[in-house]
Amino acid sequence: MRAAAGALAALWFASAAWAAPDARRSGFDDMTPALQSMQRDDAQNPAMLGVADGAALWQQAPGANRPSCAACHGDASVAMRGVAARYPAFDAASKRPITLGQRINACRASHQHAAPFAPESDALLGLESFVALQSRGLPIAPPADARLQPYRVRGEQLFKRRMGQLDLSCAQCHDERAGQRLGGATIPQAHPTGYPIYRLEWQGLASLQRRLRSCIGGVRAEPYAFDAPELVELELYLTQRAAGMRVDAPAVRP
Amino acid sequence: MARALITCPKTAQRGEIIEIRTLIAHPMETGYRAGPDGAILPRNLIRHLSCRYFDGHDDVEVFSAELFPAVAANPFISFFTTATASGTLRFSWSGDNGFAQTERVTLTVT
Repeated sequence: MRAAAGALAALWFASAAWAAPDARRSGFDDMTPALQSMQRDDAQNPAMLGVADGAALWQQAPGANRPSCAACHGDASVAMRGVAARYPAFDAASKRPITLGQRINACRASHQHAAPFAPESDALLGLESFVALQSRGLPIAPPADARLQPYRVRGEQLFKRRMGQLDLSCAQCHDERAGQRLGGATIPQAHPTGYPIYRLEWQGLASLQRRLRSCIGGVRAEPYAFDAPELVELELYLTQRAAGMRVDAPAVRP
Repeated sequence: MARALITCPKTAQRGEIIEIRTLIAHPMETGYRAGPDGAILPRNLIRHLSCRYFDGHDDVEVFSAELFPAVAANPFISFFTTATASGTLRFSWSGDNGFAQTERVTLTVT
């Protein structure tokens, strides 16, 4: 009888787990209503200034006899729809995963024969946010590419590895203590749904890599350089962890 | 790259109160902060925003604001005005280091 009850309970838990709503929360869900309305309203969202930059760059040829983004890709609202939702992706040319920002720079080098944009430059963040905007509302869809798997596993290991003078892993805050407070702020679950973000504290657009570097510096570890393989691997793991959540780029964050 | 985003209805009825929202890219450097090398960053602020409404006959200032160091980067300012006649709204920001930017929006009043 007890065994039967146990089995029933197990079944109930299993079905409850199956039917349970998604317990994942994006950074948007943890914000105050005032900040949420700031993000929802494109007239108030300061990230739209970067998007306006990106829209202009999309149309602009980098030089004589060199194509603009639009010359090859056409209308971004069609060609770029869903693109940001599936990055980082495997790049056949360099035989490793690359982020959306690296893809833009790779395209710039191979097709536009132009110098790459510097990391965190206004131009790169503008183009990234313009491309990301075309995926707004779509679910994050990491590619089911077997070649990405070893990198994703390394990203997960890095997420769970203690680092720095504070000897903390990403997971200790963002998996185990998400929702609790760190200083005055709610610890988010760290789902990268809205990058590039306009972070109010930084008063500007920022990529996920800047966010990661700042966090790594926060636990007093040496941050990886921009576009370092470790940061791309972390991003791969984080997008897998957030798979199916809605893209809300370009987001506002406190 | 100086940019501004202005959100305002394209058409309005005579006498209607319309909301105008402005957002402009600007660092709004206070002049009190130190840079990475410890030296004070020079002040770089937008000092003034003015909106003039030209309806074909009169050119009236319908809104103006003075801005100070406590205003955040990329200032967002919204205000209301009454639509009187079809015309142009002209927004002028001015500030330190000779900063000046002007944007125009046309409004059709029926």
